[in-house]
Amino acid sequence: MPIELKEYDPGRFFDEMMVRKNRARPLAKELIGLFRRMNDGELAKRQAAADLAIKEMGVTFTVYNEDEGMIDRNWPFDIVPRIIDKKEWDGVEAGLKQRVRALNMFIDDLYHQQKIIKDGVFPAEVLAESKNFRPQCVGVKPPQGIWAHICGSDLVRDAEGTLLVLEDNLRVPSGVSYMLENRLVTKRVFPELFESYAPLPIGDYPTQLYEMLAGLSPRKVKRPKVAVLTPGIYNSAYFEHAYLAMEMGAELVEGSDLFVEKDDCVYMRTVSGPERVDVIYRRIDDEFIDPEVFRKDSALGVPGLIRAWKAGNVGLANAPGAGVADDKVVYAFVPDIIRYYLDEEPGIPNVPTYRCMYKEEREYVLAHLDELVVKPANESGGYGMMIGPRATKAERKQFEKLIRRNPRNYIAQPTLDISTVPTVVGHTLEPRHVDLRPFILSGRDISVTTGGLTRVALRKGSLVVNSSQGGGSKDTWVVDTEN
Amino acid sequence: MLSRVAENIYWLARYVERAENTARLVRVNSNLLLDTPRGIEPGWKPLVEITGLHDQFFSTEREPNERNIVRFLIGDANNPGSILSSLASARENCRTVREVLPRQSWERLNELYLFAKENIQSGLTKGGRDDFLDGIIQGSQGIVGLLGAVMYRDQAWHFARLGRNLERADMTTRIIDVRSTDLFPNDLLESRSLDTLQWISVLRSLNGYQAYRRQVAIRVSRADVLSFLFHDASFPRSFMHCLDAVDESVWVLDDSGPATRGIREFKRKLLKINVGEMNQASLHEFIDELQIDIGRLHSHLVKTFFPPPLKLDETA
Repeated sequence: MPIELKEYDPGRFFDEMMVRKNRARPLAKELIGLFRRMNDGELAKRQAAADLAIKEMGVTFTVYNEDEGMIDRNWPFDIVPRIIDKKEWDGVEAGLKQRVRALNMFIDDLYHQQKIIKDGVFPAEVLAESKNFRPQCVGVKPPQGIWAHICGSDLVRDAEGTLLVLEDNLRVPSGVSYMLENRLVTKRVFPELFESYAPLPIGDYPTQLYEMLAGLSPRKVKRPKVAVLTPGIYNSAYFEHAYLAMEMGAELVEGSDLFVEKDDCVYMRTVSGPERVDVIYRRIDDEFIDPEVFRKDSALGVPGLIRAWKAGNVGLANAPGAGVADDKVVYAFVPDIIRYYLDEEPGIPNVPTYRCMYKEEREYVLAHLDELVVKPANESGGYGMMIGPRATKAERKQFEKLIRRNPRNYIAQPTLDISTVPTVVGHTLEPRHVDLRPFILSGRDISVTTGGLTRVALRKGSLVVNSSQGGGSKDTWVVDTEN
Repeated sequence: MLSRVAENIYWLARYVERAENTARLVRVNSNLLLDTPRGIEPGWKPLVEITGLHDQFFSTEREPNERNIVRFLIGDANNPGSILSSLASARENCRTVREVLPRQSWERLNELYLFAKENIQSGLTKGGRDDFLDGIIQGSQGIVGLLGAVMYRDQAWHFARLGRNLERADMTTRIIDVRSTDLFPNDLLESRSLDTLQWISVLRSLNGYQAYRRQVAIRVSRADVLSFLFHDASFPRSFMHCLDAVDESVWVLDDSGPATRGIREFKRKLLKINVGEMNQASLHEFIDELQIDIGRLHSHLVKTFFPPPLKLDETA
């Protein structure tokens, strides 16, 4: 039986591949055509081939389960690629570079003169409430003034098809290894489509990452010693830590492999004695990185690491304290931050966000609680949130009280109709919601991955794309339609 | 190379080799029993002794019969020395050192572990046992071959080689020991053809029959087989070959440490001995001694290359 798309119905959402039932967008014509020529057995066969490749390649993520303890799950992957036109992507890329450049200037400013506060653009009280501002980092001058060397920004497409930034991850964003693996799997599954579409390659990310990191080396040597610092195999992103270390030819180290000597340099324990480390790509949160400075009970970190970093004897990416810009209230100010530092209009809009600290915006929020999503500034993982359309009257009342009591702790956004992409469900294709996480590297230059990691909510109607909660991923193709 | 990583690679190689050789061990015993005349019931129990897992086996109450012992050796998750546990440990070790090994080694090891896990039930049946053991041996050889063919000869390679060869040396002695212990009543052993058949089985289980035939003699005799398996450095599963490999790698890693001195002494001792002349009892004792020497060599390696990481309060 051939695959029918007569039943394919994106509803009120923007579908990136289909205009409506049975009608593919120009960019997706060939892809959808291939599916139409396939019978359902072939579709299932290709999905099974992909699943097997993932299993064999050992692409996993770690979840903790009460019954079984730590288990490795195979990375859930959907074979239908998501296609983005290069013309659109060029604009996104420029917008992301602009955004991250401004964010780095903002972070550097906060740890030095705080001009943006003095000029009345960013409120001092937001900084005062920031959970991720590290007073220990005030005055530190990282190379090139860059704090967030690796940034993962989440983009969503609204009902009109416009890409918006949903959040910026400036601490230890993960997912890039899955982006790279997805491409390898797709090459195995749809070799015929690569010939006609020629999606732009993405495989140079590890090289770019290495070069950016090597650029942070305090010693001017030909091949600086770069290490990836991981919390260990129980971390959910351990696969990625090992993967990136391997791809870069860097050492994958745990805290106990490193130590700081009296000369304030970092060394690792090797079979031939101590060896100096120049740059650390740390995948451990600030709080755990150095028990001398942050949490005393951390066994994951390296005592003295911050001392070595401040002395300029080791490069750290991302710089401790970069997470200050990884905050929902700061997010709401990013358009202002871009205008302030760069004197430019933002290239990619934010999701409209109301800041309850301002009277006018607060009154709007309070009058529209039944249609908005309300989020507290410093929580993540959906805690302390209220989804207006689904909330009870009592819940809305409670949030009204919370907002009035502490307005600067809350922001609100409209509920988003995020876009869909065809996804294999059993023997056919159905629309499922997606987001996109490109990765931005900042060193002497700024570079953006071509596309990024597309995450897809595999459950019907769900907007949750997290892999721990029924999310999967897709390969993302940026395609040049002009050549 | 990080001490922690070196140690993990060393153990990874040991565990893979252990899984393979445990499969060989079970297989040689099965084959020996197939050649045994009807009415004789030599036990499987000696295997529990030979693998050094006596206490482990008898820690739970069970009959030392074929079914229980085979299950214990190939599929018991509570036996750290079982094939399944060895592969699980190898995989855990590999997980932390993936970035220094050729990428496909993780894939191959992962496949082998999944093969063992998914086929264990069939491996526990009499009819499926040989295919299962064969799958384990081939999978392990695939990994060893892969490392040999594509791995850069850096320190990581030498630690893998150390682990593999120490484990192989140890397991080769255990496989020989299967034949040297009293599996059979003495009067049976007087039957010459049975004795020959059994040494052929031992050679076969170590993939050495063909080479022995070509290099040593057409006639299979106990003394020649023993000297081949212990002393012929050109046969890759012989004890001497393994010691040579350990010697070379230790020398590359640290040419003047206690491990280098230890291995040289060990080799001299082995060369002085004529294993063919030993009777079963003294052979068995000699094998015990060798296993203790291997343990000592392992301790030297630990001291030289993998000193335990300092505790937090010691660094402060």
